[in-house]
Amino acid sequence: MKFALASSPHQRVNRDTGQIMRMVCYAALPGIAMQCWFFGMGVLVHLLIASATAVATEALILELRKKDFERAVKDCSALLTALLIAVSIPPFAPWWITVIGTVFAIGVVKQLYGGLGFNLFNPAMAAYVMLLVSFPVQMTAWLPPQSLAEQSHNLMDAISIIFSGFTTEGYSISQLRVDVDGVTLATPLDAVKTGLTQGKTVSETLGLSIFNGATGIGWFAVNAAFLLGGLFLLQQRVISWHMPISMLAGLALTASFFYLLDSDQYSSPWFHLFSGGAMLGAFFIVTDPVSGSTTRNGRLIFGAAIGIWVYIIRQWGGYPDAIAFAVLIMNMAVPLIDYYTQPRTYGHRSNSSNKGARR
Amino acid sequence: MAITPLSVEDIFDRLKRGKRWDFPGGVHPAEHKTLSNQSEIARVKLADKLYIPLKQHIGVEGELQVSVGQKVLKGQPLTHSAHPFAVPVHASTSGTVVDIAPQVAAHPSGLSELSVVIEPDGIDQWIDLKPLSNYQEMDKAQVVEAICDAGISGLGGAGFPSHIKAQPGKNVEFLVINGVECEPYITSDDRLMREHAWQIRQGIDVLVHLLAPRHVIIAVEDNKPEALDALSVACRDASNYLVCDVATKYPAGGEKQLVQVLTGREVPGQGLPIDVGVIMYNVGTCFAIADAIFSGKPLVERVVTLTGGALNKPHNVWAPLGTPVEHLLSVAEYQPGKQASPRVIMGGPMMGFTVTDARVPVVKITNCLLVPSVDEVRNDNAEQPCIRCSACADACPASLLPQQLYWHSKAAELDKAQDYNLFDCIECGACAYVCPSEIPLVQYYRQAKADIRNQRDEKDKAERAKRRFEARKARLEAEQQAREEKHRKAAEARKQAMQNKDTDKSARVSDAIARAKAKKQQTENVTEPVAETQPKNAAVAAAIARAKAKRAAQTDAEKKPEATVQPSPAHNHESDNDDAESAAQRKQRQIAAAVARAKAKKQQGQDVNKTTPAQHKSDEAGNNEQQSEQDIQRQAESKQQRIAAAVARAKAKKANRQQAQNTSDSDDVTEEKNSQS
Ligand code: SF4
Ligand code: SF4
Repeated sequence: MKFALASSPHQRVNRDTGQIMRMVCYAALPGIAMQCWFFGMGVLVHLLIASATAVATEALILELRKKDFERAVKDCSALLTALLIAVSIPPFAPWWITVIGTVFAIGVVKQLYGGLGFNLFNPAMAAYVMLLVSFPVQMTAWLPPQSLAEQSHNLMDAISIIFSGFTTEGYSISQLRVDVDGVTLATPLDAVKTGLTQGKTVSETLGLSIFNGATGIGWFAVNAAFLLGGLFLLQQRVISWHMPISMLAGLALTASFFYLLDSDQYSSPWFHLFSGGAMLGAFFIVTDPVSGSTTRNGRLIFGAAIGIWVYIIRQWGGYPDAIAFAVLIMNMAVPLIDYYTQPRTYGHRSNSSNKGARR
Repeated sequence: MAITPLSVEDIFDRLKRGKRWDFPGGVHPAEHKTLSNQSEIARVKLADKLYIPLKQHIGVEGELQVSVGQKVLKGQPLTHSAHPFAVPVHASTSGTVVDIAPQVAAHPSGLSELSVVIEPDGIDQWIDLKPLSNYQEMDKAQVVEAICDAGISGLGGAGFPSHIKAQPGKNVEFLVINGVECEPYITSDDRLMREHAWQIRQGIDVLVHLLAPRHVIIAVEDNKPEALDALSVACRDASNYLVCDVATKYPAGGEKQLVQVLTGREVPGQGLPIDVGVIMYNVGTCFAIADAIFSGKPLVERVVTLTGGALNKPHNVWAPLGTPVEHLLSVAEYQPGKQASPRVIMGGPMMGFTVTDARVPVVKITNCLLVPSVDEVRNDNAEQPCIRCSACADACPASLLPQQLYWHSKAAELDKAQDYNLFDCIECGACAYVCPSEIPLVQYYRQAKADIRNQRDEKDKAERAKRRFEARKARLEAEQQAREEKHRKAAEARKQAMQNKDTDKSARVSDAIARAKAKKQQTENVTEPVAETQPKNAAVAAAIARAKAKRAAQTDAEKKPEATVQPSPAHNHESDNDDAESAAQRKQRQIAAAVARAKAKKQQGQDVNKTTPAQHKSDEAGNNEQQSEQDIQRQAESKQQRIAAAVARAKAKKANRQQAQNTSDSDDVTEEKNSQS
């Protein structure tokens, strides 16, 4: 009898990389649904464009690198990147924005560094920053919530505007951004920042029509939906709590500090947690394993630092939201963090002194 | 986390209150224990042939005591050795030795080992059994010897000779009896505890007599309530015995993890449990010790769990050592159709290894044969890139960073892998178990460890050669110089003699004195004056000790390369990893040396003159016997003996450290002396 040989362990958990990536994608669905509800169907169109581009780019490059692309595509990591790009860019941005961003993310940030597991930076966020710097107008053209907009729009409008720049009725994106009074509506984060430069207090700004109490209309719901998805991932142990919780804590504590210092100048922690991409960032972006810290303490530091950076950039930086920048900054610090946060090995008195650097 | 500074009593109180420590990481694989633990341990009919490897444990194999064609009785020793590290193997039934040849070994490598093949005669007749029921009145050494002679080595997995652990030479605070059995599927200890708790208790009593521990802790995972009950009943009357349930988590039964769970202490990096006052024995070992002491039966059978989805009748059996795997498969009604290709795992699913051949025998460490159906095992070729998710780091009980170890192992950056404490990996497999990218992490670690060991060996060899070369060069130079000096002096003396012919006589006398002085000085300059001046029997004793140490070192050196070519066996969770084993071996070699010393001393008293010529030859002191005899008069004999013993001790120690290197070095010394005298 000839016996098959294998190495231990012979048993393993029934969860592979592809499944993990897919679960993260599913968990993002409520957030995407909320985006559709408040900001139109554009995000779905972009999702399709981004996914197709991502898979095509990945397959092509792997084919060029003579690797087994079928298996690589099945791990769904490219799809997740595509999803993150699609939900990050404004829903009615032109189609080529998504295409350029996705090709950049997969082709340059991920594959040029060696493919899955080797990329130093979070591909979706690197692409987002590249797009924001290169195409600031298109990348900041967020729509007001549908309830406030003068023009309503449907899926056909979304497709039309993304590919031609105009809705089926011929409205351009700038026309869609005005409210019933003909005023262009900004995102809540923008509005607060602009208000401050105009000498208004935060609470005065919060009186604007785009706000509903302490947070922006629509934005609160989108963030809450991503939070829900994130809790699902935590419960399923797809992600560990360290990074999301420490990031939210970092953001909230910094915001509280300044809010307590001067509530006229600084917005509330509540506002920060439920504006922009805070929840998306905490549960779906910061948690990207590849470009994050790998040690337990490292993950806490990594997350908290991102939270603080988000606050700093939102408050004093020139860009509307800060998740992407904060993540990239901390991606660069990961080797350092990992180096200094090695856990103490069993039976060793302290962390080994002659540590090797990562990679 | 600092090492908890609790006192022994505090720790024991804590345990009594039901509190345990936790270890980091760990996993909860599906247990599958009910598959095999529902029925009693069964007796199986004998196989047609038994294949008994001469070496079944860590250590050295003994000398063969039987020959082909010889009739043997059950329990008759097949090997014998004076080496303190060797335990004998025995015939597991009565019958005829039909062959003595290399057979496929129970080892992941599938290499062959010299084995005795026995054809049973069906009578199963025991040799004369000599129980030591009154062990409490006996000398401890005698009891230890009985355990050794019974061939008992750790049944938990590592197969460490049990009698060596029974002489720790240090204070034992906790004697831990390991009945955790945390690997999925395996239930051999579970059944043994349920059915033979009392005999296990007897074995513990013997160990308590030998070790005199402050407390005894019997640890069982809380998924085995019946076993816990049985042991509690058996140990009810012993107040310092505590039966402890341990939370079910893999690998709670790992030696280091169990020490941590029970005492909050951590075994130091390269140390042994005794370094934190703990000695650990497996329940199966206790059972075997009781057998050896109370019935005089050597270790000839053990409980083996036959389990897995491809067996129709999974259950536990008493398997005579040497029973081939195929025989047990047929006993459990193996269904090859339920497997993609035949695959049998010796040990559990987490740390077991696949056997290479159907004839692989059951050995002392074989606790389980797992024959999984298709859907029970992982797919081996599904490796994907590491996504750095750290699931592995979260699962690692040693708090390592498996992904970094993997990265550096794969890239063959062995230094970096060691910086990340590769050698603290116990190869438990928890990391690979959780890895979503299905990377066979442990395999990478084994490879890296083997590579590192190979490198070390080569470096050692080169260094030794270099040192030898340099020593030789220095010696030759010194000789040359001495010769020249001698010639010069002789010439001078001649010149002087020519000049002072009239004072011829006195000059000759002074010349002679000078020569004598020079000679005396020379003898004093010899590197080891004490060794020279020792009395004869001390010299012989030293020679014996040295020879033993050397032999130990040699066998060790021989053993090493073998260990490095193959992936480490790491038979199951109770086993230490290979590295810890080598650390253990180092420690144990010291103990072995002590035993050798003791043996040498004893022998010295008995038969001083019976030493073989070989031993004389190997002993450089023998060359200087005449001188030593003269010196006895000068110095008190007893003092000399003490010094000699000290030197012998130092040498034995040195021998331990330098291992085989010793051989060449001491040869050099001999040469040097010959040239000087
Ligand atoms: S579990 Fe596997 S994929 Fe995740 S970090 Fe560890 S080795 Fe990499
Ligand atoms: S096999 Fe080694 S690295 Fe992996 S979990 Fe066990 S101890 Fe940690």
